[in-house]
Amino acid sequence: MNILIFLVPAALLLGLLGLAAFLWSLRAGQYDDLEGAAERILYDDDKPDDDEPGDGRRKD
Amino acid sequence: MSEAATAQERPGIDPDLFVRRTEEGLARLDLVVAGMHCAGCLRKVEGALKGLSGVEYARANLSTKRVAVRWDPARLEASAVIRALADTGFAAVPFDPKLIGTLDDRESRSLLKALGVAGFAAANVMLVSVSVWSGLVSDMDETTRSFFHWVSALIALPAIAYAGQPFFRSALKALRAKSMNMDVPIALAVILATTMSLVQTMVNARHVYFDASVTLLFFLLIGRYLDVQARAKACSAAENLLGLRATAATLIAPDGTHKSIAVENLEPGMKVLVVAGARIPADGEILTGTSEIDTSLVTGESVPEQVKAGTSVFAGTLNLGAPLVIRVTKRDDDSLLAEIVRLMETAEQGRARYVRIADRAARIYSPAVHIMALATLILWFTLGAPWETSLTYAISVLIITCPCALGLAVPVVQVVATGRLLRQGVLVKAADGLERLAQADTIVFDKTGTLTLGQPRLVNGDEIARADLALGAAIAAASRHPLALALTAHGQSLPHPLLDDIHEEPGMGLEARLGGETIRLGNADYAGARATHEQGHGGSELWLRRGSDEPVCFRFEDTPRPDAKSVIAALKARGFAIELLSGDREPAVKRLADELGIANWRAAARPAAKIARLEELASEDRKVAMIGDGLNDAPALRAAHVSLSPADAADVSQTAADFIFQGAKLAPIVEAVDVARKSRRLVFENFGLALAYNAVAVPLAVAGFVTPLVAAIAMSSSSVTVTLNSLRLNLAQRRALSRKAS
Repeated sequence: MNILIFLVPAALLLGLLGLAAFLWSLRAGQYDDLEGAAERILYDDDKPDDDEPGDGRRKD
Repeated sequence: MSEAATAQERPGIDPDLFVRRTEEGLARLDLVVAGMHCAGCLRKVEGALKGLSGVEYARANLSTKRVAVRWDPARLEASAVIRALADTGFAAVPFDPKLIGTLDDRESRSLLKALGVAGFAAANVMLVSVSVWSGLVSDMDETTRSFFHWVSALIALPAIAYAGQPFFRSALKALRAKSMNMDVPIALAVILATTMSLVQTMVNARHVYFDASVTLLFFLLIGRYLDVQARAKACSAAENLLGLRATAATLIAPDGTHKSIAVENLEPGMKVLVVAGARIPADGEILTGTSEIDTSLVTGESVPEQVKAGTSVFAGTLNLGAPLVIRVTKRDDDSLLAEIVRLMETAEQGRARYVRIADRAARIYSPAVHIMALATLILWFTLGAPWETSLTYAISVLIITCPCALGLAVPVVQVVATGRLLRQGVLVKAADGLERLAQADTIVFDKTGTLTLGQPRLVNGDEIARADLALGAAIAAASRHPLALALTAHGQSLPHPLLDDIHEEPGMGLEARLGGETIRLGNADYAGARATHEQGHGGSELWLRRGSDEPVCFRFEDTPRPDAKSVIAALKARGFAIELLSGDREPAVKRLADELGIANWRAAARPAAKIARLEELASEDRKVAMIGDGLNDAPALRAAHVSLSPADAADVSQTAADFIFQGAKLAPIVEAVDVARKSRRLVFENFGLALAYNAVAVPLAVAGFVTPLVAAIAMSSSSVTVTLNSLRLNLAQRRALSRKAS
């Protein structure tokens, strides 16, 4: 059963990683606009810097 | 007059007032863009803003309908930002995020953090617990079990200390106030179970309860988070409505220049310009100008009041006729607004005594649970069991009866109900608003702006010759006065004669020429009419005089909301007593009451009289729902058991009301009542379900048959049952919608 000495901390570490990721995403404002994020995914422009209004790819 | 005449158009809100500086020296502006509904809108708004040179950051939030923009102030002006949005077809209104509360945001964020921690702990503790449970029936040795218990303790203790805070704090607050709420038994069960488990771990016992306390917290936090989130959504929508009407006053500086100023910054003695169609920003006295003022939002009076230099005017009234220059006066203690504020403060005390259903249940429930747990302890101890076993059984009783389902029963129903109403255009602002609305048995309506639209309509069109009607409509088309607009709308289909030299005499009427004859449309004096022909008419009048002919009278009345009659009937069918309490004059109130079939009505009621009537009803043990929009209704909205207000109501009233409904129809009221009553039934059903669970589980726990595994399963399944039952509220609506569609 000595393997547990490694496996349990490993499981905990992975869990903590998940928790850290969640807290990070919360701080980064990813939960501020749930509806907007769902809609934004529909756009296929990879480079948000050069999205000029009225470029040919816009579909609305 | 000269100063007043210069501004012809209503100025928009000056966005510069709302611009703030960021640390990097950029200008920052927050906007409400109400028309933003889909991905396309989001894209257009952000695209238009990012297309401006100088804009560094633009991000739209589709959930709250707000946009944050940051730009380089050297390269761009705030008005250009608004204009860019206007060009793409979106009306943007600046707001101050400091004024619009961000408090709820912080609360929901800290709850979400606690939820994340509790979720992590619940998953990992369960991972360990399941191993221990399976170890009980297989060959796990004592060392491994002890190791697992310590691991659980290591995860659970910090997690409970962190994630349990919302409950501990609330329980402590209740205990300090010597009362009971739902959080007292929750906190007690969590703390007892954790302490007990820690002791059990130290003495190397077989059962620990870390899993139960952590999952309990996890489930309860879900309920609490959903509750806060739903209310935050409704509140932010309500704040947007208020923000949309944020207005700035036009200040006339001593040197004669005009500039925009925030209404809060107005000081006594300042001179402000109020153009036609704008609301008067502060209490004051008219210096120059003659006009008519619509005071319906303040007094409920539907007929405009004539004002001239020297008249006192109140903040919130609407200038109809011509530009006015007003000197801001200090708020006198006997002014209407001061009276309303005073009444509101005293009226609020009654509302604070209401205790939520969940907390009322807790008052009976928690002593019962605690006594039962104590009885179990004593029973087993006197029967000769060792004290650890006795205590373990007592804690099983506590955990199994812990109001997990109860804590979830109310919030889940609330969330589903609030969401359903939000889609129908009803914003639930008060946390306990639905509960109170479900109790209401009497509905008191205000008249002007609530049962009516606050827009005049021509009532004697049939008695007037077609030629006069056409002439009146033609000349009225030159004015934006509400009566003129109503007349134009009525005579739209008629052929208009061609008129020359149309001009408006502010506060009096219109004059024009038709083939050498002078035509006048305006008040009785202006048209040269004698005193009103007909007594008892409650609305406004316009007179038309052609040359030296006898003047013709156009009579107007306020329009009832399109579905007022059917809504009143629907509410009566649901067993409500209906009453009409208006500040307007008797004939107008009586006519509307007769038309809508309301037997109980009172006219010319001042704010204090409205409150007095509500108190009278309350003393008869009636639960009153007050529906009103005016400033004069605000104290009554606070005093009533529950209150609703339309979205175009005065700011103060919207703040005072528990519900806000949008749109020109009254039907949302019926919907709100139905949803509130259904929610209450569901909450009671949920309580019933939870009690049924307890009725089965508690005897088992008292008898000592409940292991941690059984407790965890019983607890989760009762929570899931309660949640599923609550979701039926949404199902019922879907079915109703699909029935309507087919």
